[in-house]
Amino acid sequence: MHELAVTESILEIANRHAAAAGATRITDIHITLGKLSSIVDDSVQFYWDIISQSTLAQGATLHFNRVPARMHCNDCGVEFEMLAELSPCPECGSFQLKILSGDEFFLESIEIEKEAGETQ
Amino acid sequence: MSVNRIPVVEKILSANDSIAALNRKRFDETKTFAVNLMASPGAGKTSVILQTIAALTGRLKLGVIEGDTAPVTIDADRVIDAGMPAVQINTGGDCHLDAPMIDSGLKQLPLEELDLLIVENVGNLVCPAAFNLGTHANVLIASIPEGDDKPYKYPAIYRGLDVLIINKIDLLPYVRFNMDYFRTGVEALNPGLTTFAISCTTGEGINAWTDWLVQRSAELKR
Repeated sequence: MHELAVTESILEIANRHAAAAGATRITDIHITLGKLSSIVDDSVQFYWDIISQSTLAQGATLHFNRVPARMHCNDCGVEFEMLAELSPCPECGSFQLKILSGDEFFLESIEIEKEAGETQ
Repeated sequence: MSVNRIPVVEKILSANDSIAALNRKRFDETKTFAVNLMASPGAGKTSVILQTIAALTGRLKLGVIEGDTAPVTIDADRVIDAGMPAVQINTGGDCHLDAPMIDSGLKQLPLEELDLLIVENVGNLVCPAAFNLGTHANVLIASIPEGDDKPYKYPAIYRGLDVLIINKIDLLPYVRFNMDYFRTGVEALNPGLTTFAISCTTGEGINAWTDWLVQRSAELKR
């Protein structure tokens, strides 16, 4: 349900950067999403189609780039990619783990169209 | 017409985060220790707050921000009846509090007079975990009747915690709840998490929790 607030935020950021660049339209939006961040991308897409209407971002395609979660074992020091929630260190079986990455959630880039200046 | 790719690299919740940072600055300036109290509906958030008020009256000056999805002031009224300032935030159906809502709530509280602020978040184990409010500590109340599998089902909220309260422990003899299984899940997600097992009905464990609040609030004033 908090995806509505999140989607509004994506729209605000994308439109702000597009307007600053003099865009006439945003065609694509690239979002980096860590495996551990609790965002449902289908739900973002659902809200997106509604709230992006009548803005520069109307019709823009959302791309979600999923980033894996990497963990550090505090007991044996190994670093590994977490494949499932609540899985132990593959080397020593410890649960004393620290998250190195996987909770990312940022707007990486946008692709825009601009008028080149010539008249048609 | 030309097509350009523009790098942005901006955190999607950065607007919320920057207001959360301003909230934190105000808490630090007024030396008010602020707690974000989260739980599922019915876990006992308001009961814990009322017990906390009862235990701390005369020791700390406490204020409460109540988040609710509907315009009912039941919770805020109970806090005010208990003699503490409270402000109700109606999220209009939203599933969580965010930093701007706290900012507007703070304008209605005598923050400089308060030692401790408890923010009662909306009853939900998913959405509140995603929004930084600027408070000093994230506290979750898990209650025995909810079941022992909740850390496994809601890992994100457990990962972000500073304190866990296990409430309704007086019901342990009547409910199937494997404490070892529950604590194993918690330990895997948040090793060494400070945990208080309490009952608002019998009063067991409340003092350990309120002593922690007194200590943290004193540390902030140093």
